Amino acid sequence: MRLAPISAAMLAALHVGAATADQKVTDFTLGNGMQVVVIEDHRAEVVTQMVWYRVGSADEPRGHSGIAHFFEHLMFKATSTLADGAFSKIVAANGGSDNAFTSYDYTAYHQRIAADRLELVMEMEADRMRNLVLTDEVVATERAVILEERNQRTDNSPQALFGEQMDAALYLNHPYGVPVIGWRHEIETLGLEDARAFYDRYYAPDNAVLVVAGDVAPDEVYRLAETHYGPIRPSGRPAAARAQEPPQLAARRLAMRDARVRQPYVLRSYLVPAYDPANPREAAALDVLSEILGSGLTSRLARTIQLDRKIAIDTGAYYSAFRRDAGDFTVYGVPAPGQDLATVEAAIDEVLAGLIESGPTEEELARVKRLSRAALIFGQDSIASQAQLYGSALAVGRTVQDVQNWPEVLQSVTAGDVRAAARRFLVPERSVTGWLESAGEAG
Amino acid sequence: MGMAALVRTACFRLAAAAGFGLLVALPAAALEIRDLTSPGGTPFWLVEEPSIPIVAVELSFAGGARLDPPGREGVANLMAGLLEEGSGALDAIAFATARDLQSARFGFSAGADSVDVSARMLVESLDESVALLAGALASPRFDPEPLERVRAQVLAAIAEDETDPESVAAKAWFAAAFPGHSYGRPADGTPESVRAIAREDLLSARSRLLVRSAARIGIVGAIGSEAAGEMVDRLLAGLDAGTAPEPGRTDLAPPPGIRVIALDVPQSAAVFGHLGLPRDDPDYIAAYVMNYVLGGGGFASRLMDEVREKRGLAYGVYSYLADMDETALYLGGVQTANERMAESLEVIRAEWSRMAAEGVTAEELDNAKKYLTGAFPLSFDSNARIANYLVFMQEEKLGKDYIDRRNALVEAVTLDDVRRVAARLLKPEALSVVVVGKPVGLE
Repeated sequence: MRLAPISAAMLAALHVGAATADQKVTDFTLGNGMQVVVIEDHRAEVVTQMVWYRVGSADEPRGHSGIAHFFEHLMFKATSTLADGAFSKIVAANGGSDNAFTSYDYTAYHQRIAADRLELVMEMEADRMRNLVLTDEVVATERAVILEERNQRTDNSPQALFGEQMDAALYLNHPYGVPVIGWRHEIETLGLEDARAFYDRYYAPDNAVLVVAGDVAPDEVYRLAETHYGPIRPSGRPAAARAQEPPQLAARRLAMRDARVRQPYVLRSYLVPAYDPANPREAAALDVLSEILGSGLTSRLARTIQLDRKIAIDTGAYYSAFRRDAGDFTVYGVPAPGQDLATVEAAIDEVLAGLIESGPTEEELARVKRLSRAALIFGQDSIASQAQLYGSALAVGRTVQDVQNWPEVLQSVTAGDVRAAARRFLVPERSVTGWLESAGEAG
Repeated sequence: MGMAALVRTACFRLAAAAGFGLLVALPAAALEIRDLTSPGGTPFWLVEEPSIPIVAVELSFAGGARLDPPGREGVANLMAGLLEEGSGALDAIAFATARDLQSARFGFSAGADSVDVSARMLVESLDESVALLAGALASPRFDPEPLERVRAQVLAAIAEDETDPESVAAKAWFAAAFPGHSYGRPADGTPESVRAIAREDLLSARSRLLVRSAARIGIVGAIGSEAAGEMVDRLLAGLDAGTAPEPGRTDLAPPPGIRVIALDVPQSAAVFGHLGLPRDDPDYIAAYVMNYVLGGGGFASRLMDEVREKRGLAYGVYSYLADMDETALYLGGVQTANERMAESLEVIRAEWSRMAAEGVTAEELDNAKKYLTGAFPLSFDSNARIANYLVFMQEEKLGKDYIDRRNALVEAVTLDDVRRVAARLLKPEALSVVVVGKPVGLE
């Protein structure tokens, strides 16, 4: 059923941005609402196709956690024209590789293959957007695989279990508090009906972003995308709004003990904003703050706690700006032998208080900006990471222009911005502090 | 030390199994590899790639942890971890500051058979970056502060491994297979041996391992052959000429049978394997193709099909040929619920037997060749990956024309070749298996 005449297909003005002389980025939208980004890199005759669906674990119905990731596995099963598992086997028989991943805000499917096989993978990716054929038996076998995946990633790892507990405490109401892979007791109940409902609701071109990166020409990608994705009917149903956080009024503390833990550590997470197109400098300031605090030996935490006071063997900070609804800002410290968690936590608090009080030095700010400029240049060496960058940004509602402006926004951040962000967001009532300890160890 | 547990990642359909096949790939036509000698007489390989203003250097020194003196196991690993922690007039902070000022990225690691150095440098600050790296190799300080800090990190990582079933299984497998040989000792050492390492041990490890005649060098980037030759001489200026280590060959073979190590975890991990084939064996390429079909080809492999896709027993299962300097192994791994480990191992053993008796089908051989030859050129899509491959070809003494010959070698493999090598290589009764967890029905 062909809906969109090819002439009407380009709804958005063709936008071309130049990341570099050799990596040209072009984006357009098909008539059925599917967004397309083409990143040219002609160094090797290779192409990466990624299809990003704007649906992730945070969109799951309450009580059915894990269905987004479960469904990702099922996308490799039979369609009306391809047998179970044939997708990956055909890609491999053409010298390519493929995989998929699920996160809070998106689910992405990707292949890397010789540039002259782009049409093959596009045809198959378009096929499984609508023509999957699921049975109880297939769903039951895959559920067993996913329970083993959860065992391997999470239940066998006290550190991963602790991370789940931290997230569950950080988000009072938002579904980011539920693990992407799902809670075990809910995965165990997922079945064919959950899978079908999820597929029907979310797998449609107007809920997807296509990224094609490599040795390709934008007009050829446009032609192929129109041929294979263009005829698919849009759902007309964008993802529903999610439950949002109420004001957080109380600092939370967790203590987890597990006999398998050999090295205790302390984690502190703060609920902070994600990237906001109306105010990108806020996310940029938080990003710079995380680098100044916890990236490398010359960062504040490492210098103060590891080198000067010698009470920790590892420290760090990270910030996830690129979520749809909220970010988290996390710092951690791993005590040196003979040191306890309370001492390390107190030292982290002192470092944070110092930054809130005085902000970063110009030297600290300059270091982060210099490394960020270099990262742009090094990043060009990996076309896969470019595809990842644009795909993840568009999947959470940002634009190509937002991505391309981001480096400049980072460069515009001042010491005052960083201090203001620290002062506003690194406050106790937005935080969860967690201690992971060995069972039997005195607190 | 980055603690993996602290990094939140998305859920992937299949985690990339560490140590998948070693023979990764190389492009045929496009790459112009030059096999050169520096003015000072050091051989190196170069690919000029002018489109991005960066230079990637990979240096691999033959030797590594297998040359650690008895009682000082882990010294190569600790030495590598300290190369970036101060050299010459620069202490750890001064070195990190200088490196960040040039936006250079250095990595140092030690494996059983080599010490590996990788550098990513900007053309605009190449001279300064090379001077820093040369200093790190020639005159590392091994100051007390970084020594104790990095030692504590290594000890913490070793301690964490004690409750990780996969790590326990791998260490136990090698300990049983190579008693009295350095391969039976963990490359990162034991708590006792790491505590015993003194500054003098690090200095002698550096002068024993980092010698010019042991270096294999790959350079890719915006640099010409003359400048690259001068760069090589500057990088290695402070190193002795030395002699490349001459690996011996051990006749030790892993003990057949299943051994269980008790660990209180919900999912058991198994490592299995027996002797393999060295790369200079005339049947090595046939074995490589056979392994793709048995357990190296991800979703295209028989093990994945039987264990995961048909029975839902595990999230991942794999096999690979490990060609080490003093032995050759054929290894694999699986992680599955305690109740299902016995069945998983039976299925794997049955596939071992079936392959040994029957070889592969014409269709499997055809698909394997299509994948292996098609994927080969795709792996040369970044400077960093090409530089790694240049070093790999030198380590394996393949010759720079290997890149042009390799696909023909794969194409030439016949059904009879695979049957012959499968019968010769695969010995189900010789499989040495270590299971870590609480497996049911295994003694």
